[in-house]
Amino acid sequence: MLISWNKKSMQNKIVAFPQMGDYQTPISYLLSHILNLRIMKVPPITSKTVELGAKNSPDFVCTPFKYTLGTFIECLDAGAEILVQAGGGCRYGYYGELQEQILKDLGYEFTYVNLVTQGRTDIRRIYKNLKSIDASIHPLKSLYYTFITSKMIKYMDKIDFYIRENIGFEVEKGSFVALKRRMLSKFQSVKTYSHLLLLYHLYKRRFKKLKILKDEKKLKVGLIGELYTLMEPFANYHIEYELAKYGIHIKRYTNVHYLLFEKKNAVKRYLRKTKDYIRYRMGADAADNIARTKYLCLHGYDGIIHIKSSFCTPEIGAMPIINKICSEYEVPVLYFSFDTATSEVGMKTRIEAFYDMMEMRRDSEKRISRN
Amino acid sequence: MRKGYLGIDIGSISTKGVVLDEQGEILTSSYIWTEGNPVEAVRNLLDILKKEVPSDVVIKGIGTTGSARKLIGLMVSASTIKNEITAHAAGTCHFYKDVRTILEIGGQDSKIILLDHGIIRDYAMNTLCAAGTGSFLSSQAKRLDLDVSEFGTLALSSNTPVKIAARCTVFAESDLVHKAQVGYAKKDIVAGLCKSVVLNYLNNVGKGKKIEGPIVFQGGVSKNEGVVKYFKEILKQDIIVDENSHLMGAIGIALLSKKNETDQVYTLDITDITFETKGFECKGCSNHCEVVKIFKDHEHIDTFGNRCPMGEK
Repeated sequence: MLISWNKKSMQNKIVAFPQMGDYQTPISYLLSHILNLRIMKVPPITSKTVELGAKNSPDFVCTPFKYTLGTFIECLDAGAEILVQAGGGCRYGYYGELQEQILKDLGYEFTYVNLVTQGRTDIRRIYKNLKSIDASIHPLKSLYYTFITSKMIKYMDKIDFYIRENIGFEVEKGSFVALKRRMLSKFQSVKTYSHLLLLYHLYKRRFKKLKILKDEKKLKVGLIGELYTLMEPFANYHIEYELAKYGIHIKRYTNVHYLLFEKKNAVKRYLRKTKDYIRYRMGADAADNIARTKYLCLHGYDGIIHIKSSFCTPEIGAMPIINKICSEYEVPVLYFSFDTATSEVGMKTRIEAFYDMMEMRRDSEKRISRN
Repeated sequence: MRKGYLGIDIGSISTKGVVLDEQGEILTSSYIWTEGNPVEAVRNLLDILKKEVPSDVVIKGIGTTGSARKLIGLMVSASTIKNEITAHAAGTCHFYKDVRTILEIGGQDSKIILLDHGIIRDYAMNTLCAAGTGSFLSSQAKRLDLDVSEFGTLALSSNTPVKIAARCTVFAESDLVHKAQVGYAKKDIVAGLCKSVVLNYLNNVGKGKKIEGPIVFQGGVSKNEGVVKYFKEILKQDIIVDENSHLMGAIGIALLSKKNETDQVYTLDITDITFETKGFECKGCSNHCEVVKIFKDHEHIDTFGNRCPMGEK
C-alpha cells in the first residue's frame, strides 16, 4: 500500500534499501540525486543482521528474504522511514508484501516501496512509485541520473569480471580489494557521465597495472546459481575469496547489469542453445544457469560451482538438468545450498576437495595427452 | 634405521592414527573416541602409538585429515594437512588400484567418491543433516539398549526388516519409536534401521551418481554387517570392506605425507606441550568473524576464521 504524502512532510524522510554486494554505491547515488530526501548509509550485513532477519521470518523462506528483512529492521531502528525493495522474478515477487506485513506487525511505521512487482520491472511504474514518495521528482533529471547509474553499474560489473579472473594471482595481498574500494568512493561523487567514463578508464588502467603472477595452467571455475546468494558475499560465505586463495580463475555471469539490461534478450538465445534440455524458462535464472553450464562445459572450464540459498525453487528445478549436462561433458560440479546456519568449515572442506579433484583431473589429462 | 609416516584422522566421533613404513605397510595403528575433545584425543592417541612403534623407526612425515585437521596439524606440526576426500581416495587406491566407487559413512558425514584409474572424477558429501550416519545409528542403539557393535549381527538375523522413513533423522526416530510401540521385534527394527541408512545414503549422497564396481565401503559404519548386507542387496553388486576400512583416511594422509617428505624428523612426544584455543567474535569490522586463536606453549601461533588481518590482533 502506498500512501501519498505531500511534498512538505516528506522532505526530511530517510530512505533505506537492502544491501547487496557493492551495489550500495550506485543505488544510493541514484536515489540521492533524484529524490529530495535523505538517503541512509545502510549498515553492512553482519551476523546480527542475519539473526534478526531469521528470527522474524518464516522458517522455510529463502535466505535473501531473511537477509533483507534483517537489514530493514536495522535501518528502521536507525531511523529509516521509507524502505525501497526490489524483488526478482520468482516467489520473491510476493516477498515485498510479506516483508511489509511482518515489519508492520512488529510495530514499525514506514512507507514501503517495491520497485519490482509480480516479477516485472516497468520503468513507468517505478517512476510512478518514486513520485509517490517524492512529488518533487523531476522526470528529465531522473532520466539523466538513471542513465549515469546504469552506466556505473555496467562499469563496476566490467571491472568485477577482471577482478574475479585475476584476484587469485595478485602479488600484493589485498591490492585488488583496496583499489576497488577507492574506485567506488570516487564513483560516488561523479557529476556527469563524461566524468564517470573518465574515471572508469583511469581505474581500468590501474587495475591492469596491478601486479599479478598468473600461471598459464591455472584452473578455471564457473560460478552459477541464485542471484542474491551469488552477489552478496556475506550470503555465500565469501566463496569467491575462498576460491581465489587457491589461485583459481573465476567466471561469474550473474550481475546487476545482466539482470537489468541483458537478461531479456539473452534468455531467448539461451533457450535456443539449450533446446535439447529445456523448453521453458522455469522462472528466475534457471534457464540462464542451464545455458551457462553448457557454455562453461564447452569452453574448457575445470569445474562448475552452483550456489543457491536453501529452498530456492527455480534453482532446485535447474539442478538435475545441470547435473545431466555436467555428466555428459564430464565436468565436475559442486553444489552449495546456503542457509543462515551453514557450517563454514564444511564449505571449506568441500572447496578444498573440489580443488584437489580438479588438479588431479588436470594432471591425468596431461599424462594421457603426452602418451 | 627405518622410515615411518604418521597419519592422523580426527573425526567427529573417533580419532584414528596409523604409522606406515616406506612400503606403505601398517606398522601400528590405533582407534579411539574423540569425545568432543580432539586435542586430548590426539594426545592419548600419540601416547598409544609411541609405545607401539618399533624403536628403530624414525618419523619422516606427519599428515592430518578429518574435521579437526587444521587444529591438530598445528599441534603436531604436520607436514601435510588435507581434506578427508583426498585422503580417503589416496588410502583406498593404495590397496585397491582399480576401485571405481568409494562409499564412506562416518560419524557425522557421509561421502561418495567416484574414481577412474586412481583419479577422483566426482564426489559428493552429505549436506544439511546427519541422517543416516554413524552418530544416528549409535544414538538409536542407545535407545534400543544395544551396543553399536552388536547392531550388525542382530540385523543379519532378521528376514523382514521394518520400513523406516529414511529421509531425515527426526522422522526416522519417531517412526522407529512408533514401530517399537506397536510391537515389532527388535531385530526387525534394527534391520530396518540399517536398511534406512543405505536408502538415505543412496537417495541423498549418491543421488545422480553412477555407482560402478569395484565398490569399496569404509568409515566406521562399514563395520556394521547389516548395512553392508543391504548395500549389496540394493546395489546388486559386491561390496568390498577392508579389515582396515575404519583407518583408510589415516592411511591415505600418511601416504600423502610421504610424498611431501623432507629431511625433517618429527617427534611423537607432545606430552609436555601445552596447547590452548580461545574462541571469540572479532569486533574489528562489520564482518564479525568467529575467530579462534591457537596458543602453543602459551605463545600465539595462529588464528582461524578471520577474513582480514584485524582478527589476528
